[in-house]
Amino acid sequence: MNANVMFYLLLATVLGLALLCVKPLGSYIADIMEGRPHFALRLGGRFEAILYRLSGVDASKEMSWRQYAIALLLFNLLGALIVYALQRLQLVLPLNPQKLTAVSPDSSFNTSVSFITNTNWQGYSGESTLGYLVQMAGLAVQNFLSAATGIVVAIALIRGFARHTVQVIGNFWVDVTRSTLYILLPLAAVLALVLVSQGVIQNVDAYKDVTGVSATVPTQTLPMGPVASQESIKELGTNGGGFFNANSAHPFENPTPVTDLLEIVAILLIPFALTYTFGKMIGDTRQGWAILAAMLILLVSMILVAYYSEQHGNPLVARQGIDQVASHLQSGGNMEGKETRFGIAASTIFAAVTTATSCGAVNMMHDSMTPLGGFVPLFLIQLGELAPGGVGTGLYTALIFAILGVFIAGLMIGRTPEYVGKKIEATEMKLASIFILTTPFIVLIGTAVAVTMTAGKAGVANPGAHGFSEILYAFSSAANNNGSAFAGLSANTPFYNLALGLAMWFGRFWPIVAALALAGSLASKKRIPVGEGTMPTHGGLFIALLIGSILLIGVLTYVPALALGPVVEHFMLVAAR
Amino acid sequence: MHTNPLRPAASLLIAFTLLLGVGYPMAITGLARLAFPSQAAGSLLRADGRVVGSRLIGQAFSDPKYFWGRPSATTPKPYNGIGSTGSNLGPLNPALLDQVKSGARSLREADPGNAQPIPVDLVSASASGLDPEISPAAALYQVPRVARARGLGVAQVEALVRAHEQDSLLGFIGEPRVNVLELNLALDHTR
Repeated sequence: MNANVMFYLLLATVLGLALLCVKPLGSYIADIMEGRPHFALRLGGRFEAILYRLSGVDASKEMSWRQYAIALLLFNLLGALIVYALQRLQLVLPLNPQKLTAVSPDSSFNTSVSFITNTNWQGYSGESTLGYLVQMAGLAVQNFLSAATGIVVAIALIRGFARHTVQVIGNFWVDVTRSTLYILLPLAAVLALVLVSQGVIQNVDAYKDVTGVSATVPTQTLPMGPVASQESIKELGTNGGGFFNANSAHPFENPTPVTDLLEIVAILLIPFALTYTFGKMIGDTRQGWAILAAMLILLVSMILVAYYSEQHGNPLVARQGIDQVASHLQSGGNMEGKETRFGIAASTIFAAVTTATSCGAVNMMHDSMTPLGGFVPLFLIQLGELAPGGVGTGLYTALIFAILGVFIAGLMIGRTPEYVGKKIEATEMKLASIFILTTPFIVLIGTAVAVTMTAGKAGVANPGAHGFSEILYAFSSAANNNGSAFAGLSANTPFYNLALGLAMWFGRFWPIVAALALAGSLASKKRIPVGEGTMPTHGGLFIALLIGSILLIGVLTYVPALALGPVVEHFMLVAAR
Repeated sequence: MHTNPLRPAASLLIAFTLLLGVGYPMAITGLARLAFPSQAAGSLLRADGRVVGSRLIGQAFSDPKYFWGRPSATTPKPYNGIGSTGSNLGPLNPALLDQVKSGARSLREADPGNAQPIPVDLVSASASGLDPEISPAAALYQVPRVARARGLGVAQVEALVRAHEQDSLLGFIGEPRVNVLELNLALDHTR
């Protein structure tokens, strides 16, 4: 089969599988989060009740946006302390058969913030740094809880649109418990077992020494660990933190093309479905489909750029008498930093999906992509990860861009903008602006500071424009809570651990507080009926407007920085021919 | 009014740490061991009664009588099982060209008569540094060298490669590929 045909079939399969789940899963999430009578809620009801009683939670009481935000911040802050403590104390804790020593304070700080914020940036190398207890009880727990945090903020914002003239947006403890117990946990358990069946390891054994097949092959130590249970939630929760350094490129995390396909679908699953949840909860599913359509258009176009760019290969390599042409015997293309089983198609789809969401898992090394290929993950992160974005974060980011879109349209036609029954006024626009401007501010200032400091430049692995891209990518990834990297950058230094840790923390919680404030403000408003002057927000015009607003902000903010990185590198590669 | 959020935050965190951090992974470990014991333990390969590796983790073959895998960027030695990594070399980095050139030189020196273009995966480092597979093109390229080093017929070795070729699922999921360790184990049993 022709390589391009294979690629399009694979892409159609990935998107088709994820789209098939949108309605059933999105509808289920709405039922659970609204507490409608449901089989699952009955099943877990007793357990939930015990949990609330032990925790002193009154499940019937809802919170104002301020109370909700305080609960969320406190929950995350305490979670960060636990992950930090587990890393510092791992040598005296059980389930550490390799006797790995305490992680340094700056790396522990970075990693705990990283997993709390759903970034899962990894300055360390998993297999040589972290024992099983840290991975399981520290990192995997936050894989669930940081994803749940994303979901509850999205749900709170949806309630802002769905409710009217009320001061409360939900109960944080109930929301976080339900999204964990009924949405994330069952999906993760099923996927984990499927992954094991394909070869993802799952044990708590010590690393295994093996002798090679003959005297000329050196002995090897094979890493072990409870990988599958972490791998499944890592994708479903769009976390992205690998058990091993090589992440989803590691054969023990992602052994076959089938696991790869499932992992890509798992990344898209909940972010896609939440658009339907939104439509269902506000009582107009067309609104959700329109948001999803805009996300899909952005995602697919960026996947195409990455695929064709990587499949084209590296002209400098071709000149050495190396065969990069795709055939039935090889995938060809730019194979540096890619795995044989994935080739170009499965690698580039993964790269775009992982950065169009806040996942950041990688099944290839983005640092070795061609300039235009590497531009794709970088730019998708910078757009704010909303195509479809992380679990929850993608939806609330997209909704805030929708608010911006109707505002721009309102300015053009001279009417008060409104979105799904709510007037968009000064308060909403102020909060939306704070939300949208926070991450570009962190990314650009952080990059500028790093490139002027010796400590910032010291970590760069590649010379020239590519080295600049490594730093720009690091701050883009951290502030937008993605976690993938141009991994040549040596980021496990006090400077980067601290700078990127702060970027992740503020890039996560500053927008979340703005989104919750927005939810509170919207919920307190009256619902206005659809009138003659109402711009429809479910058709092609709105979809174009939404994409336009996203690109407008992304391009205006980042073109100067991108010109110094992948753009100039592309022209250098063209000239080098 | 709501009470102090510290109590729910702390107690829910403790409960979830036990449930998601201990209960869940241990339950999956138990189920995996029951249902898929070999996969859960690392898909280990045995030969002559000893474990010689995992079929999922590549090894550093450099002897001409074995098929070689992808270049590996792990340190301090290639195919270091506890140091997975790619090279992270950018497309314009002179070090990338050096790596390609030296890889091509080793292949050509080991097989001076072979004038075919070298398949790209044989001179490009994999993402994990542990890639267990090569493309069928890369395996076929090495057939003349392996056959000569072992005193076997080219057709015989080529047939062995063909027998170990794994196709894409349904023709489009994944790339066609050959598992290097399994192929080399089979070679050792070929007379």
